[in-house]
Amino acid sequence: MERKLALKVDDLDNVATIFANGIVDGATVEVRDKKGHREEITVHGDVPYGHKIALCDIRKGEHIMKYGESIGAASCDIKKGDYVHVHNLEALRGRGDLEGGSQA
Amino acid sequence: MSYTFQGYRRANGKFGARNLVAVIPSVICANDVGQAICRQVQGTIGYFHHQGCCQLPLDLRRVTDTLSNLGQSPNVGAALIVSLGCEGTDHERLVEEIRASGKPVEIIRIQELGGTSRAIQAGIDAAQKLVQQISGQQRETVDISNVVMAIKCGASDTTSGMASNCVIGYVADKLVDLGATVVFGETTEFLGGEHILARRAVGGEDGPVGRKIYEIVDRMEKRAKSVGEDMRGGQPTPGNIAGGLSSIEEKSLGAIVKSGHRPIQGVLEYTERIDGQKGLWIKDAPGREPEILTGMAATGAQFMMFSTGRGAPQGFPSMPVVKICGNPNTYERMQHDMDLNAGRIITGEKTIEEVGEEAFELMLRVLSGQMTKNEALGYYGSMDIFCLGPVI
Repeated sequence: MERKLALKVDDLDNVATIFANGIVDGATVEVRDKKGHREEITVHGDVPYGHKIALCDIRKGEHIMKYGESIGAASCDIKKGDYVHVHNLEALRGRGDLEGGSQA
Repeated sequence: MSYTFQGYRRANGKFGARNLVAVIPSVICANDVGQAICRQVQGTIGYFHHQGCCQLPLDLRRVTDTLSNLGQSPNVGAALIVSLGCEGTDHERLVEEIRASGKPVEIIRIQELGGTSRAIQAGIDAAQKLVQQISGQQRETVDISNVVMAIKCGASDTTSGMASNCVIGYVADKLVDLGATVVFGETTEFLGGEHILARRAVGGEDGPVGRKIYEIVDRMEKRAKSVGEDMRGGQPTPGNIAGGLSSIEEKSLGAIVKSGHRPIQGVLEYTERIDGQKGLWIKDAPGREPEILTGMAATGAQFMMFSTGRGAPQGFPSMPVVKICGNPNTYERMQHDMDLNAGRIITGEKTIEEVGEEAFELMLRVLSGQMTKNEALGYYGSMDIFCLGPVI
């Protein structure tokens, strides 16, 4: 059977990106980092190619980390293995909606 | 090891990868005449933009500067200016500046010539003469240090930051080490990664270049926020989001990978050119293709290396665009648009360095005359100029 791979870019990351087709709820993926460490994680939710899963529990408001940097904040509590995308990750930059614009 | 390519020597000491006659409408209202000329005369390309009248003087200067820089770019051997006659841009300055760079220049004026059909006839005659005048020029051997490479990513997904942008970063580092010039932009796609770039600035984060990087990002973010909306959906685009990119921060952190690892020498404004500066530079331009490709060609880049995951097919009239595709599935579907498959990094078949070397070799062939896939398909018509003020 084809290995279902997910890549973790940096040690600080709490998400990994799945590069496999046909990942459905309950599937198992092998998460690898650059040092060759491997961990099997069960995925919650159907995750398309190139999308992310949580590598640990992340509480609402905590930073979601990729490339060792913040890519936004959790908009609700996230469990290890959950699909992470725009439904539970909030961008923190370019948020004119939070500050009120001058032309709206 | 030394590297060379076969290029066209220009009177101002620069070297071109193409030898084209540029048909340059000084205003949107001259586009149809310019298009008729280009359809008839082989060896021409046209810059069919949408600016040049009823804009603030700042933007009219910007449009004139950009068109002048395009005419002076090394891939252009001669220029034909198509003027309506009442536009806001300075078409006489266009003629003077491009001619001063040592190139043959002609101008036609639609109103003065008595309208469309007469202007088209005069334009075809002028363009035909220019093509014949420059088409006998031979390529000669040129040292790699004369290369100005523009880099960009478009229609990105999560493979871009992990494969195709890594490949471009490899090529960028190698070119800088060989004494050449690399320019990247897409200021919007620095949001969330600007501290990483600022720390790479010559003089450090707190030096003038580092501070300038923070300043241009702040300026772009304020512009985006001024309408009072969350920019997500505009940046990242719906296609980026479908490709797994969840926020502008994630897109940016993947995007800046293509700039490699070398120090950042400075920040160029949209209308500024590379005139002998070496190393890695930033051009302050937005991420959208027509505006940034125009800005990069006007900078004097002979070619662009363009990373994509979802599959961006377009090019630019006078600048070959080499498509490096990070997503193996997209490469399979869009092989006729994608020049190189960096998806082999994702599948584990190749390393970044191996595909980086393939990209470098492909670059040398393209600089020496090999057409990119977008050039061979003639997919390079759309371009525009990034303006700041309103249309008035």
